[in-house]
Amino acid sequence: MLHVRALSKNFGGIRALDDLSFHIQPGEIHGLIGPNGSGKSTTVNLISGLYTASSGTIEFLGKDITSLPLHHRPMLGISRTFQNIRLFGRLSVWKNLWIAQRQNGQKPVGFLHKWIGGEGAARDEIDEILEFSALHHRKDVLAANLSFGEQRRLELARAIACKPKLILMDEPAAGMNLEEISNLEDRIVNLKQRGMTVLLIEHHMNLVMSVSDRITVLNFGRKIAEGTAQSVQSDPAVQEAYLGVPA
Amino acid sequence: MNFYFSLIQVIGIHTLLGLSSYWILLSGQVSLAQAAFFGIGAYLAGMLTTLWGWPLVPAILMAALVSGTVAFVVGFPALRVRGLILVVATLAFGEMVRVVLFNLNYRIVVDGVEVGPAGGQGFSHIRYFPINGWTVFDVMIFIWVVVAIVMAGLWWLDRCRIGAVLRAVGEDEVAAQATGINITAIKVLAMTVSGALAGLGGGVFAHYTTHIEHVQFGIVLAAFAISYPILGGLSSVFGTLLAVIFIQGFLIEGLRFIGDWRSLVFGLFIVLVMNLRPEGLLHPFSKRPVARSGKAGG
Repeated sequence: MLHVRALSKNFGGIRALDDLSFHIQPGEIHGLIGPNGSGKSTTVNLISGLYTASSGTIEFLGKDITSLPLHHRPMLGISRTFQNIRLFGRLSVWKNLWIAQRQNGQKPVGFLHKWIGGEGAARDEIDEILEFSALHHRKDVLAANLSFGEQRRLELARAIACKPKLILMDEPAAGMNLEEISNLEDRIVNLKQRGMTVLLIEHHMNLVMSVSDRITVLNFGRKIAEGTAQSVQSDPAVQEAYLGVPA
Repeated sequence: MNFYFSLIQVIGIHTLLGLSSYWILLSGQVSLAQAAFFGIGAYLAGMLTTLWGWPLVPAILMAALVSGTVAFVVGFPALRVRGLILVVATLAFGEMVRVVLFNLNYRIVVDGVEVGPAGGQGFSHIRYFPINGWTVFDVMIFIWVVVAIVMAGLWWLDRCRIGAVLRAVGEDEVAAQATGINITAIKVLAMTVSGALAGLGGGVFAHYTTHIEHVQFGIVLAAFAISYPILGGLSSVFGTLLAVIFIQGFLIEGLRFIGDWRSLVFGLFIVLVMNLRPEGLLHPFSKRPVARSGKAGG
């Protein structure tokens, strides 16, 4: 589904990502882990188009998207959440999802009134996503007035509203308590059951290990391991990256 | 009585100008070019009716169309920059337009009288209203019909998807792009619509005032234009209307007895609003008397 080949990214003299190659299979949950500064977020930013690659290619569904503008990618079926929450704070929860739906055949102008609340199918779809994200009772609240956990859920809901084939999650569990993480885990598994593919960056190892079909491990911008949760956990290079060299 | 009619007309015209700034400000762009679009509209509409005998309504619509087109053309290069640089770029464009208007000299003889823009002396005898026997009251009604149509249109658009999209772009350009919004298209669209609205206001203004000259369309008017939506807030078009009534009705006319000190009061007032109600007079966010940090959830 997604093929990343020899991808590199330099920031000035710093090589944030060095010759990274990996692929994501359709319908899998792919974990991307590594210590701080290992290039995980850079990878997601390159795939979602926030950064442009210094070298290498990204191919999505057979199409080279390496230098495709950011706003074209949701239309192809790639959407993302942000590590530092980036909602439209002065829009209601409902409108945050409404505008994310834009690329699915809806016109930007139209008789879509506040109270009418959108065309039938589109409206049902938003209601369903709100239900899924446990935000239905908050749909008219301004996004900025939501609690932290709710904002995280809305981030994910907005990414789902883009109807993605591949959803990139940049640390969706950051700052969440155990119960919220457990709910998030259920949601991620549910997304997979609905046929979405997930690329998950996360520091909560329990979450990554339990949901991921395959995991890629980065350190200092390079891939050091790839495989199932068990194989990655027992990999000496991974243990060394996280725990240091045994004395 | 005519004084009040005239004041109500001024408020109407400035509301059109303020709404043009409101619309571009929704997309997060601070433009100081609104006075220039207003000036282009004023000169063009005045020339159409006075020199070439167009009826009023087609003339001001044409003024809106041309100002909107200029805004569209200016929008592409201008909106590649943002923030303070955009302010400087639009200010520079405004000055360019003012200098063009200053040098615009095109006079022809109509009914035995030489009329048209006469360079630095301005453009006099835009006498459409007196010639056609409109009373001050008629003019006032006409202006407010135009204002009502524009306000209703913007109010409706604001509640459409495009309004939400504009606000989203204004809040976070990166997040907007990440949800598939082409921010360049949206910003140029906002600039075009706001240019057209300013041109419409200018077209009305030229006929209201009968004499226009370049100094009227300089930085002072641009500052007024941007202060209306900042003062009124971006929650709805009514904030801008309220701000125009307050500034033109109270600060400019109501305090006329203190003379030039009004400028000081005006500046003081803007500073106070920015500190005490940073989201504008009408915004629901400004319930807290002193807001310390603008954005939640960072």
